[in-house]
Amino acid sequence: MRAFLILEDGTVFEGTAIGADKEIISEIVFNTSMAGYPEVLTDPSYAGQAVCMTYPLIGNYGVCREDMESEKIWLDGFIVHELSGIPSNFRSELSIQEFLAEQGIPGIAGIDTRALTKRLRDKGTMNGMITADEGFDIEGVKEKLKKYRTGDVVSRVSCREPYSVEPADIDKNGLKIAVLDFGEKKNITRSLVKRGCSVIVYPAWSKAEAVIASKPDGIMLSNGPGDPKECKEIISEIKKLYDTDIPIFAICLGHQLMALATGADTYKLKYGHRGGNHPVKDLINGKVYITSQNHGYAVDADSLDARIAAPAFVNVNDGTNEGLNYSGKNIFTVQFHPEACPGPEDSGYLFDRFIENIRGGKSNA
Amino acid sequence: MPKNADIKRVMVIGSGPIVIGQAAEFDYAGTQACRSLKEEGIEVILVNSNPATIMTDKDIADKVYIEPLTVKVLEQIIKKEHPDSILPTLGGQAGLNLGMELEESGFLKEQGVRLLGTTAETIRNAEGRQEFKDLMERIGEPVAASEVVENVEDGIRFTNTIGYPVVLRPAYTLGGSGGGIAHNQAELEEILENGLRLSRVGQVLVERCIAGWKEIEYEVMRDSAGSCITVCNMENIDPVGVHTGDSIVVAPSQTLADKEYQMLRTSALKIISELKITGGCNVQFALHPESFEYCVIEVNPRVSRSSALASKATGYPIAKVAAKIALGYTLDEIKNAITKKTYASFEPALDYCVVKIPRLPFDKFITAKRTLTTQMKATGEVMSICDNFEGALMKAIRSLEQHVDSLMSYDFTALSKEELTERLEIVDDMRIYVIAEALRKGIGYDTIHSITKIDKWFIDKINTIVLMEGRLKNEELTTELLREAKRIEFPDNVIAKLTGRSEEEIKRLRYDKGIVAVYKMVDTCAAEFEAHTPYYYSVFGGECEAVRTEGKKKVLVLGSGPIRIGQGIEFDYASVHATWALSKAGYETIIINNNPETVSTDFDIADKLYFEPLTAEDVESIVNIEKPDGAVVQFGGQTAIKLTESLMKMGVPILGTKAEDVDAAEDRELFDEILEQTKIPRAAGGTVYTAEEAKEVANRLGYPVLVRPSYVLGGQGMQIAISDKEIEEFMEIINRIAQDHPILVDKYLQGKEIEVDAVCDGEDILIPGIMEHIERTGVHSGDSISVYPAPTIGRLIKDKIADYTARLARALHVKGLINIQFIAIGEDVYVIEVNPRSSRTVPYISKVTGIPIVELATRVILGEKIKDMGYKPGLQPEAEYYAIKMPVFSFEKIRGAEISLGPEMKSTGECLGIAKNFHEALYKAFLGAGVNLPKYKNMVITVKDADKGEAIEVGRRFEKLGYTIYATRSTAAALNEAGVKARKVNKISQESPTVMDLILGHRLDIVIDTPTQGRDKHRDGFLIRRTAIETGINVITAMDTARALATSLENAGGEMELTDIASL
Repeated sequence: MRAFLILEDGTVFEGTAIGADKEIISEIVFNTSMAGYPEVLTDPSYAGQAVCMTYPLIGNYGVCREDMESEKIWLDGFIVHELSGIPSNFRSELSIQEFLAEQGIPGIAGIDTRALTKRLRDKGTMNGMITADEGFDIEGVKEKLKKYRTGDVVSRVSCREPYSVEPADIDKNGLKIAVLDFGEKKNITRSLVKRGCSVIVYPAWSKAEAVIASKPDGIMLSNGPGDPKECKEIISEIKKLYDTDIPIFAICLGHQLMALATGADTYKLKYGHRGGNHPVKDLINGKVYITSQNHGYAVDADSLDARIAAPAFVNVNDGTNEGLNYSGKNIFTVQFHPEACPGPEDSGYLFDRFIENIRGGKSNA
Repeated sequence: MPKNADIKRVMVIGSGPIVIGQAAEFDYAGTQACRSLKEEGIEVILVNSNPATIMTDKDIADKVYIEPLTVKVLEQIIKKEHPDSILPTLGGQAGLNLGMELEESGFLKEQGVRLLGTTAETIRNAEGRQEFKDLMERIGEPVAASEVVENVEDGIRFTNTIGYPVVLRPAYTLGGSGGGIAHNQAELEEILENGLRLSRVGQVLVERCIAGWKEIEYEVMRDSAGSCITVCNMENIDPVGVHTGDSIVVAPSQTLADKEYQMLRTSALKIISELKITGGCNVQFALHPESFEYCVIEVNPRVSRSSALASKATGYPIAKVAAKIALGYTLDEIKNAITKKTYASFEPALDYCVVKIPRLPFDKFITAKRTLTTQMKATGEVMSICDNFEGALMKAIRSLEQHVDSLMSYDFTALSKEELTERLEIVDDMRIYVIAEALRKGIGYDTIHSITKIDKWFIDKINTIVLMEGRLKNEELTTELLREAKRIEFPDNVIAKLTGRSEEEIKRLRYDKGIVAVYKMVDTCAAEFEAHTPYYYSVFGGECEAVRTEGKKKVLVLGSGPIRIGQGIEFDYASVHATWALSKAGYETIIINNNPETVSTDFDIADKLYFEPLTAEDVESIVNIEKPDGAVVQFGGQTAIKLTESLMKMGVPILGTKAEDVDAAEDRELFDEILEQTKIPRAAGGTVYTAEEAKEVANRLGYPVLVRPSYVLGGQGMQIAISDKEIEEFMEIINRIAQDHPILVDKYLQGKEIEVDAVCDGEDILIPGIMEHIERTGVHSGDSISVYPAPTIGRLIKDKIADYTARLARALHVKGLINIQFIAIGEDVYVIEVNPRSSRTVPYISKVTGIPIVELATRVILGEKIKDMGYKPGLQPEAEYYAIKMPVFSFEKIRGAEISLGPEMKSTGECLGIAKNFHEALYKAFLGAGVNLPKYKNMVITVKDADKGEAIEVGRRFEKLGYTIYATRSTAAALNEAGVKARKVNKISQESPTVMDLILGHRLDIVIDTPTQGRDKHRDGFLIRRTAIETGINVITAMDTARALATSLENAGGEMELTDIASL
């Protein structure tokens, strides 16, 4: 069946419909990871977006449910150049075609994904529609696309009730970590549990008091979708967490929310960072790490109050802020994804740093 | 960290002559590194014995020593030039080994020279078998468990700890004989017992068997600050068991989930960090296809063939970045030359698929075993890029120039299902075609996978191609079907064949429907950032990124495709220099080529690079976009010449010598007319199509005769026939491939072979020098030792040659280069052949005469005159030194290949010896080719009757050099009778000890064995030559070569004078 991807600027790509038979409007973004499509599909940070994979051959190794980063596919639509005819991998449980259909996610294949990527790069992220309706009215669609707003997506993706995950008894390190779930990728919890931490995951709208009352040794602010400024109430709760002495580590949206909570500003990037090849320099040891990234917004480094926070990581490609150390606080936050999945595991050491910081009780200078 | 300011003079070690396993990729890496160093104001002292390389140009390095790559020579250069540092990681294994020897002997320290890049300790840890194993164990990285055992009990005990199956490799046996795979204790006992008996030292390595696992490679970079990145990973379609150099390889990996991809990536980074490598490194893994288990196979702490491939596949210039890292820069300080925005500290993201196919030399060595093993056999490779795998595979296949253009090119249709299933067990270069036929016959993916262990994903992709063949054959050719066939890169001629239409018709249909190739950019970042480097590949469908730039006039330079015997790196040298000369003259240059190992496919050589197959259709698609003002074809070897007619049809003017004049040189009758008209004699002969006609001509001329196809390079299929029977045999071999042109049969003349390269501007000619071959006619010019200036011919002959060259060049209206081979017999000169194009000797003669022939030829092509470029026409004055080009062979790598020299070229590379006197130059040339004698001072002489007289003279000279001579019966008799002491040894068929025992005793320096005529590979001589070559003995098959070697050894031992050719 034919399908169309129509962009806000009127560009139309014609391809083949894949997945569920359904029309969607969403923000169109691209991801440059060459492997890891199951993780991308199930990353809650993509809620409210339709993702174009720049690597042209997708689905080669099928889908293994073990690789899912949440319970389901969160993105609105999937845009690929070519879907594999057969999945081939010893762990594959189902094909990507089956997975998309099962999850009710529509998509489009057979389009010039490179041309789409270039358009998004040059004009910035745009809204778009994926439809199988051959009789679409371009002006009407453009109008609709212009009006479309992603809105608050965090409340959609966060867990409803707190839950806890325990390591095996012999692995326990005795630390209790509270994770605030703004759309958490499961590997954040896995990374903590793997290191022996007991984890309690809280819904995004949890009150700071409740979290503090559970006496966690450390707090983890997770990744999540959308514009951080949409999360006004969450930001005020985070400010309260900042005011305690509990060590905090934040990733992606969590990093942006902490910055907003402490008076800094965020802005929307032209077309974001999504992929597994972004170089980030650790300003403390001078080393460059290749990181997994997925964000459309960034903390404005110029808005930082040096008395509150100082840049700890910077993006080597475009110089944007990639992490902060909070002065006089046991708090550090990063824009990228040390939990990887998909992408390089180079920055996984940050989870160790978090644990050391908790143990050492040390505050940043 | 910025550049280390103490580094000012760096010595770079090249990799020497091209051999199998160490090819053009090191010229590419070395050239890129030297340019990168010079960019930083560093003075570069280059040492490489290979004159055909671009890196040995004085434009690339400040001081250039084309000298033998030995420790002694390097020490002497270091003492003379006082470099402060040396960079050994760019010259392959050869360069690395030399760097290590210099370091370990303490010489570098003594001279205050530092080893740049990776340290000696690191290299030891990566290269030493035990050190590496220990290190991997220490950091918890798995390697295939192995142990050396000396008895069966230990073997069983060890195997019980690691599990069956195991691979058994006896130490020091020929080509792994006596080894095997044991699946159970009974097999283990049997193979092990036998292996222990066969091993000279009574040792067998017992190793866990990982054959059939996925073979995955990562290219990794690390800087001195410890930052690491992986440039790309690659998946071998052929699983573990086939050398990666002989495997079909795809980048990035296709069948690995992110979990496996990252697991191996993390391991690679851990290894490079633990080894503390600063620069580039290649890590090879074996990954179990049905679990997360993996083994580290090998680590190369240097740039390699794989890194050249990774550079071209991603656009990330590994050698350039490695050189900058060696100077002290960190990755985040080095700009990405493609985006000019980002830095070297990122990982390329590909938005296309890359396929590499090896170019195997079985068309040259028709008797050789085609089986692919862990011993690499490929001489070169092709790469292709497409947005789908099928397309990349189809493009790579037709880039090979081996008469293949689809998966139907090797015909297995006659095999039954059972036979095919059996044939699938054979691992050779035709396996992929067998798989295609198996799919056509309905053999299932599971069966094919279980036999070949090739991942089903690849089998499915091959099936897509097979299904398309069927659809084209059986369905009506709709626009949609045609579009789909083109999407997966079926060439028009294949579609035409399958649909029963003409190629022209298919092309017209395509153009009518707008089904044309569009071009995408290789930009390292999957379009995330804007790129500035016009490095393109074609796809069907989507928008075109290649735009014709207005302003300058445009010239298309056609490259020479994969490196093969007969068409090597020399043609890349010529293409690159022509490109530079065109650029200097103000033209926009556009290169088309498909060889990832070469300098010409580096993205900053031409203004635009199209990484595409060199077929008429692929070139036409580019021409349609670029509309070049002209094309040069005379620099890209036969590959480019073959496209002349097609280019003219496309309306692209051929710059330089016209196509009809090229034809006149190749076409027998037209050429005879030219000779008549210019009054130049040649050997009598005729043109034939059939064996009957050939026999008729041969008998008219009288045997021996030379038989060869026309329009080939490197004497492919050329043979000297002495009988009707041989004519029949050779004609059959030649006609296995449909011949577009007649076959030539000429009277064989024996005399001195002379060669010239010249530039002609239509009126005047410029001959830089005359080269004389040591071997008489009958040995291919590429396999002969070539001497400049010609040492044994007089003024009269030289003038005659210059005169003939001028006459021929004018008669053929040559504009540009011409290469002519002559025979001198007494005072007579005959012409053998004329090639109005660049030749194998062009780089060599350019370098030793200091005359930039390619540049001059290019300027002539553009309309300049020799007189106006500051040269006096005619034969140039001779240099004051001798330069001797020595062929280098890779026979030991190709099991079953006949090594005796003849009219068909067999050498893979060459090296140069330069000295004030002939003897020293000859000695250096032999030394450069790896002939480092004497060692044991034992030799075997066994020659055919016709050579006995010369054998006496040669034997006497070696006797004087202190050699003990062994000889077979009749040779021994002849020698002893003449007073040369020779010990008689038995033939192989006689009782022990035989000549074979002598060879296997590992105490021989030289075997001189001139083959009796005929190509019967079962003769004793064949076995003797093969065994000797495989045990590392120098085997000589022509008496002239033997005499030259004696001369060289008689003059060995003195201090050598080393020459910087950049200052000549």
